[in-house]
Amino acid sequence: MARAISTRRKATFTLVAWAIGIAIFFPILWTFLTSFKTEAEAIASPPSFLGFAWTTENYSVVMERSNYSRHFWNSVVISVGSTVIGLLIAIPAAWSMAFVPGRRTKDVLLWMLSTKMLPPVGVLIPIYLIFRDTGLLDTRTGLVIVLTLINLPIIVWMLYTYFKEIPGEILEAARMDGASLYNEIIYVLTPMAVPGIASTLLLNVILAWNEAFWTLNLTAAKAAPLTAFIASYSSPEGLFYAKLSAASTMAIAPIIVLGWFSQKQLVRGLTFGAVK
Amino acid sequence: MGTITLAQVTKSFGDVEVIPPLDLEINDGEFVVFVGPSGCGKSTLLRLIAGLEDVTSGLIRIDGTDATALPPARRSLAMVFQSYALYPHMSVRKNIGFPLKMAGMNAAEADKRINAAAKVLNLTDYLDRRPGQLSGGQRQRVAIGRAIVREPSAFLFDEPLSNLDAALRVNMRLEISELHQTLKTTMVYVTHDQVEAMTMADKIVVLHAGVIEQVGSPLELYNKPRNKFVAGFIGSPKMNFLQGAPAAEHNAHSIGIRPEHLTLSVDDGAWPGTVGVAEHLGSDTFLHVDSGAHGILNIRTSGEVDLHHGDKVFLTPDPARLHRFDASGLTL
Amino acid sequence: MVTAHSRTAARLMISPAVVLLLGWMIIPLSMTIYFSFLRYNLLSPGMEEWAGLTNYRYFLTDPAFFAALTNTLLLVGGVLLITVVGGTALAVLLDQPMWGQGIVRILVIAPFFVMPTVSALVWKNMFMNPVNGLFAHAFKAVGLQPFDFLSHAPLMSIILIVSWQWLPFATLILLTAMQSLDQEQQEAAEMDGAGVLSRFIYLTIPHLTRAITVVILIQTIFLLSVFAEILVTTNGGPGTASTNLTYLVYAQSLLQFDVGGGSAGGIVAVILANIVAIFLMRMIGKNLDT
Repeated sequence: MARAISTRRKATFTLVAWAIGIAIFFPILWTFLTSFKTEAEAIASPPSFLGFAWTTENYSVVMERSNYSRHFWNSVVISVGSTVIGLLIAIPAAWSMAFVPGRRTKDVLLWMLSTKMLPPVGVLIPIYLIFRDTGLLDTRTGLVIVLTLINLPIIVWMLYTYFKEIPGEILEAARMDGASLYNEIIYVLTPMAVPGIASTLLLNVILAWNEAFWTLNLTAAKAAPLTAFIASYSSPEGLFYAKLSAASTMAIAPIIVLGWFSQKQLVRGLTFGAVK
Repeated sequence: MGTITLAQVTKSFGDVEVIPPLDLEINDGEFVVFVGPSGCGKSTLLRLIAGLEDVTSGLIRIDGTDATALPPARRSLAMVFQSYALYPHMSVRKNIGFPLKMAGMNAAEADKRINAAAKVLNLTDYLDRRPGQLSGGQRQRVAIGRAIVREPSAFLFDEPLSNLDAALRVNMRLEISELHQTLKTTMVYVTHDQVEAMTMADKIVVLHAGVIEQVGSPLELYNKPRNKFVAGFIGSPKMNFLQGAPAAEHNAHSIGIRPEHLTLSVDDGAWPGTVGVAEHLGSDTFLHVDSGAHGILNIRTSGEVDLHHGDKVFLTPDPARLHRFDASGLTL
Repeated sequence: MVTAHSRTAARLMISPAVVLLLGWMIIPLSMTIYFSFLRYNLLSPGMEEWAGLTNYRYFLTDPAFFAALTNTLLLVGGVLLITVVGGTALAVLLDQPMWGQGIVRILVIAPFFVMPTVSALVWKNMFMNPVNGLFAHAFKAVGLQPFDFLSHAPLMSIILIVSWQWLPFATLILLTAMQSLDQEQQEAAEMDGAGVLSRFIYLTIPHLTRAITVVILIQTIFLLSVFAEILVTTNGGPGTASTNLTYLVYAQSLLQFDVGGGSAGGIVAVILANIVAIFLMRMIGKNLDT
């Protein structure tokens, strides 16, 4: 395996890869830098990269003027809430499929995944009308319900693949040791699956945080999470680059950090196991 | 108490009947070993007793009460699994204490029992470790500890030694036997290794294709095998079988003679032959002798015998130790 | 471990998930199908009447539908082309020995975690704006006339933005596939005298085919539903120049309140997505067996 690689070759690869990496990352970096500029500097020509007077004023303005914290909190409640409820529904389901497989288990699993492939516009109108008539429009509850349902297949799928790796004998041992089904899941299965459950949680919080079809169509001012709040910068306020940047940075920073921790789970969760 | 009775028990997976109707009586305090080649249904039978599988029909009684429909948790049986099945996220103390916690025992009493079990099994110094930090033998002992703390009416062992290396296996075999002497609780032990069966069992159940071929003490099986299968399965090296003329001499379809019941001579005997492979173990010598028409015969003889490939020898069976079988393989 | 007892428990425990998903799929979808046969406008409630296939006829003969269909295909095709080719190249590059590989990887995948509305707005205002955008600055710096991306090449611009978001996904998955490449096989081929190029063509590419197929299928599912990027950048315009099927249905139903027409469009979108989904499900299903 190990073999000497010429330093020159390695240096070339390093240079090219870093150049491309920085280019791809640049829009995020630029947003981050702009968020510390004054509005005048943000649109200055030629633009300055680092040689500007750093200010955090934009952040305080965004926080003050726009109920930013409420939208942030909406995002947290909606993404975490839908994921946790999803997990509560999915853990028993995944237990069933992983440890008591029947002839139809595979079909059920595939069918669940197939619901994920239903395009949202196919059900936009009924959901909109049902929400309007039940008062769920522009409520966090409504969005939690929808996001739980659209991400449930991915949660079930991911947990299923993690549970499959736990040897059935351990659960049988628990049963022999006198554990009821409830105890078996609480004391044995769940603690053993904690890493898998955590990854599932992480990936789904990210997906729910960034979901931008239902959040845009089902909310107005009250329950709007950050996706919808940022969309309101579309015009003409978006021309205030520094403030747009500050709001954007706050909206994406936590999720990018979480995302970096979930690279592996991302592949697993979004390819449904088709790529290993 | 720990009596287990199987009455007309059957098990089918789909259309495949893996265990035809079977009856078996396990007495209190007995060490019973289910032995047979892989796929003979011995593990399935154990899992039926444990309640991890449903019987297709028939009755299982434990301590006289019908347990056929009881879930495993309510049968008061403890099981040691082949993979040990320890809980990797719990310390040794918590692993051993888990059944007590499930039974709702108070902490002080549970601690007392855990410590006692740990002492018996030499695990006292390891109580705060995780299973991942233990050696194979230690894990095995934790699995046993988890089984003994709750004082079940019977222990079930599913090939518990097959993941250990040879030396450790001999050790653990002794430890389990000693444990049985101390606890005097019923033990049901599944293995494919007839040496384990012979050395540990009070009663051996030989299974073949889901059918009980014979039930008996180790020496009964060794001395009076009921049929050719049991005769060949019990004993190592395996019994020699001969057909044709030598069998006809004894009015049988075939005869069997164990390697240790053949006398070896260099000058005279019943069956002449040529030494093929000679295995010198020190204590014994195993010879593979090509006796022409009778085929290859195994013989076990003393360690001092100095014979090698190509040497001419004569073999004589001990007539009192001959086993005679009819055409269907049953002992005559 | 399978007893009648645990089977019952299993059925019980899987049912909430099944019931919820079944409800989620069947109830709204059958409502959409039903609406698609009605003349139904939210502005004139109570006036619903059976319309047969009229909605479909209108929707499918509407020039906007044709434009939207073309745009959808261009959008999906363009993004796939960029991300698959770019992703393969990046995956091969990132698999080479280098310093700081982990950091480069982090930089490359970051865009995937940026919410669609943020990435669309950042690109629209800070890069593509004809007056203050970085591209305008760059054009001016080399003496060119600034180009108004979103007015003159709206679909191209959206393809660019969406590609930026999905390139990390393709790269990450293809990189994962690259890393499961059998090193000994590569060395054996080298012993057999295969050069770098032929090893890439005969070993690496076939190995990646499966991963590439998965990337194409999964991205297609998501790309058919691109919405937020269009909403905040162009609103589907100018005209219908950047309207895709999803946006058209949204505009028809929630901007023009034409529930019947929108529903018919929604069903058309479902059918299109299903064609892709069938292939994807087959692949996943095969993988479940092994």
